[in-house]
Amino acid sequence: MTAATRVLIVEDDPQMVRFLRATLTAHEFAVTVAEGVAAGATAAAADPPDVVLLDLGLPDGDGLELVRQLRAWTAVPIIVLSARGREEDKVAALDAGADDYLTKPFGVRELFARIRVALRHRPGATATAVITAGAITIDDERHEVRVEDRVVKLTPIEYRLLALLVRHAGKVLTHRMLLKEIWGPNAVEHVHYVRVHMAALRAKIEANPSRPRWLLTEPGVGYRLSDGGDGGAP
Amino acid sequence: MTDGERPDPDALLARVQAEAAPPRARLKIFFGAAPGVGKTFAMLESAQRLRAEGVDVVIGVIETHGRSETGALVAGLPTVPRRRVEHRGVTLDELDLDAALARRPTVILVDELAHTNAPGSRHVKRWQDVLELLDAGVEVHTTLNVQHVASLTDVVEQITGVKVRETVPDDVLARADELELIDLAPEVLLERLGEGKVYLPEQARRATQHFFQKGNLLALRELALRRTAEQVDVDVQAYRRAHGIERPWGSREQVLVAVGPSPSSERLIRAGKRAAERLDAAWEVAAVDRPSRPLGERDRDRLEAHLRLAESLGAEIVRLRGEDVAAALLTHAKRRGVTRVVVGKPTHARWRDLLTGGLVDALIRGSGEIEVHVVAPIDRDARPPAPAAPDARVAPPSARWSWAAGTLAVAAVTALGLVAFDHVSLADLAMLYVVAIMIAALGGRGPSLLAATLSVLAFDFCFVPPRFTLAVSDLGHLVTFAVMFTAGLSVSALTTRLRRQEQDALVRERRTAAILGFTREIAAAEAAADIAAVAVRHVEELLGVGAAVLVPEADGDLTTLTSIAGLMPLSAPEQSVAAWSLAHRQPAGHGTATLPGAAVTAVPLAEDAPRGVLVTAGRRDAPPFTADERHLLAALARQTGLALGRVQLASAARDASIRARTEELRSSLLSAVSHDLRTPLAVITGAATSLRDARAKLPPAVEAELIGTIVDEARRLERVLQNLLNITRVETGLEPARAWVPVSELCGSALTRLADVLGPRAVELDVPDDLLVSVDPVLFEQVLINLIENAVKHGAPPIAIAARRHGPQVEISVADAGAGIDPALGPRLFEKFFQAPGARKGGVGLGLAVCRGVVTAHGGTIAVERAGGGGARFVVRLPTPTPPPVPAPDAVPEAP
Repeated sequence: MTAATRVLIVEDDPQMVRFLRATLTAHEFAVTVAEGVAAGATAAAADPPDVVLLDLGLPDGDGLELVRQLRAWTAVPIIVLSARGREEDKVAALDAGADDYLTKPFGVRELFARIRVALRHRPGATATAVITAGAITIDDERHEVRVEDRVVKLTPIEYRLLALLVRHAGKVLTHRMLLKEIWGPNAVEHVHYVRVHMAALRAKIEANPSRPRWLLTEPGVGYRLSDGGDGGAP
Repeated sequence: MTDGERPDPDALLARVQAEAAPPRARLKIFFGAAPGVGKTFAMLESAQRLRAEGVDVVIGVIETHGRSETGALVAGLPTVPRRRVEHRGVTLDELDLDAALARRPTVILVDELAHTNAPGSRHVKRWQDVLELLDAGVEVHTTLNVQHVASLTDVVEQITGVKVRETVPDDVLARADELELIDLAPEVLLERLGEGKVYLPEQARRATQHFFQKGNLLALRELALRRTAEQVDVDVQAYRRAHGIERPWGSREQVLVAVGPSPSSERLIRAGKRAAERLDAAWEVAAVDRPSRPLGERDRDRLEAHLRLAESLGAEIVRLRGEDVAAALLTHAKRRGVTRVVVGKPTHARWRDLLTGGLVDALIRGSGEIEVHVVAPIDRDARPPAPAAPDARVAPPSARWSWAAGTLAVAAVTALGLVAFDHVSLADLAMLYVVAIMIAALGGRGPSLLAATLSVLAFDFCFVPPRFTLAVSDLGHLVTFAVMFTAGLSVSALTTRLRRQEQDALVRERRTAAILGFTREIAAAEAAADIAAVAVRHVEELLGVGAAVLVPEADGDLTTLTSIAGLMPLSAPEQSVAAWSLAHRQPAGHGTATLPGAAVTAVPLAEDAPRGVLVTAGRRDAPPFTADERHLLAALARQTGLALGRVQLASAARDASIRARTEELRSSLLSAVSHDLRTPLAVITGAATSLRDARAKLPPAVEAELIGTIVDEARRLERVLQNLLNITRVETGLEPARAWVPVSELCGSALTRLADVLGPRAVELDVPDDLLVSVDPVLFEQVLINLIENAVKHGAPPIAIAARRHGPQVEISVADAGAGIDPALGPRLFEKFFQAPGARKGGVGLGLAVCRGVVTAHGGTIAVERAGGGGARFVVRLPTPTPPPVPAPDAVPEAP
């Protein structure tokens, strides 16, 4: 990890803060803590962080509000922390511009995987014609997909779906984002389009589609392409 | 032992209930034969005695009429200030009922019970104020003269020739706990009158001059004595009954009064009331409807008035139907064990009895053991009512057409006759005229008379020799003319009667059907608001007035009412009418005796509890409801009240069972939390503290073991919590957020999340890629996770997951190859906190309950079966419509 990576933790629970601060500091992150929406916005402006860890339930307002405020002026990666069962909140935060989420309780391995992915996709990362994520390689110029050297034939939609996921490997993409990118803004309510095509895509990519290794489902939120096997569910 | 020696169980029950009821306030009436006997004086004297004993006595109303001896007795008694009412320029002092109720004395003095309140007061009559005071628990002392007793007014009228308008119902008198007769010999009274000691208002002086004659006073005194004696009698009888002393004669008397629209019926009713009272008998007032002779509007109103009077005097009202009045009365009388029938003396000419058979005759002939009392009418009312004016409602709709048709028919017959005079006989022509008259008669009496007159004139003028004169040579033709008139009148009378019958039948039928529909609909309604809406709609349809159902807002507070049906904003005074009706469980407002000035009528929904009121509006200027309509309204209100009661009971029962279930859940949860949540916490705490305190001394293998334990137990804790959260979510009735999801995706994410638990165990999957279900993906993933986890924990590998569509259902099953589940456990498996006997510990027993909750919330079912290999197979069946289409891949443009 980069020694100079600065993490802003926006969280009001002292034990959570204690755990995050200890863990991140041990891995040589520079940690700043803010306990609410207002403090978070001020801290982000005063000393722009490289990544923000944001709890959604804050004492002085909704974490979603802070996502909107930050997105008004910065593209800094934001990772949302939220409990299971609050899927709508996560989706709202992601659609508002957050980059990823972690479901409480989460393990340290997941935490670092998410931070790593978020930093990798920081703006400025260059787009190349050939992208590889785990065992999947896409050659965008030749429209060719390989899984562990096996060439896979895809329909145009499947290809675009996979290309989108590979370009954001390791990062969650909500149903809405996928629908908007591939079917256009009018289709964002037809979540089953994505699900049906994803099932077809899994059948072609995965060795065992019922226990997928690459194309992971984030229940109630969207999909994530695993970028090596350590970013999946707990 | 004979029946007479032991108390009647019903009577005993009534006594027990009376004793169980809260002590009711006493009513004491100072009763006199005439003004001036000293009732007010006696009442004040007794009040002063009470005051001396320390009783809280106040004056509500006392009329001293400026007499100093009475005035002196008022001294020292606190007074509730009178309420001043301006009415047409005159200031009237009335009893301030609300102030009196607020003051809540032990005893209140209210003079002149028969007084009529000033317009705009809450009640029409002062005796109603008194009843309200009594209901509120205030003892009332009051004064009353015998001529004001309702059932005696006609007797008084006969004695004195004065018609008394201010009356007090006999029920109020019967309600009195003490009736103190203030007796004064007529001579002394006349003496006092002569000395000017009896005050009479100027305008009443002349009218009552006749009243104060010795003969009158004697008669009135006798009446008062007798009435007091009757009351004493009633008390004695009540005492006897209470102590099991039966009257010497065995059977109970029952009086039946037959009434009709004739004004003399009023007298019959009063006579019946007196007879019933003397005999301590129950009494009924019956009216017989003859289907062939429906009453005209006016007669019907008069009959209704009679029945209202009878009801107010305490009679039970009976409506009988039958062509033969005597037979109908006797059948009813015999069935009810009536011992006396009271009927009026016939007032019509004797010949009609010869033709139709007299009612009295028939009654006496068929009465058997029943006594028949025939009561004479008061002379000036004796004449039967004038025949009802032609009833506007019965007039044929096309009256104008029938006038023209009659004239045309006569003209046509005349023209035909003139043309064919040589070929037809005069008799034939006469027949043709009769036909023309009959056609006209279909339009009623007027057209038939016109046609008959025209026919006679035309027939006489044109055909009867000498022709073209009105002279008649043959007298036989006069008979022909008479026949023409008679035919016209008979046909028109028949037509009118038929039409009225038809209309009557129609009204009845419509009403019966409506009530039937009402009963059916209200039985089907499940919520209070639905019931109220049904009631409002039916009242509006049946009576043609706007209606609303009002219920008390909160338990115990009867003053704030909310409308749960009916779009009728009520003004504040109208609200108070409804509130009064609710609190006193009596009708109030327009057409009743309480707050009659209001525009609305309020009827309480139930007599046993203040459930609500039915308010009807829109008839301020219209006549009040007829007895029929009032009964209908009362019946609708009662049905509505019953239905509301049923719903309230049901919801109370439901609340109770929810409370019980919540209670049960809470205790199960507590035990689950104390055991199953603490165990992983204890492990985590133990492992973590040993790592903190003794890390340096621990071998690396033990350290790794402890860390692994912490992680595993934390995850276990999380799963338990997740299930607790899910079951709460499902049980609070949360709507699942449905979406179309491939079953394969649900299985995939469930298996991914369970990777740690599954380890190397084999999972066989048989799920078509394109099988979609409409479910909440997050909740349903939990169902699969719980079923798979269950199979791992209690069964043996391989675990087989299969999904298929069967018609309108999708069936998803999770099976294992373990020992299976005892089918006897059946549905209990899916109960909260249920742990199968001998099952391995580890969960809180929530997993399957969550499954059932989620599946049920999706409209599906879950069951456990024996799998083919002997293990357990859980099957989820979900009703699944055809999934929406997904656009074909080609429909999307090629990627750039």
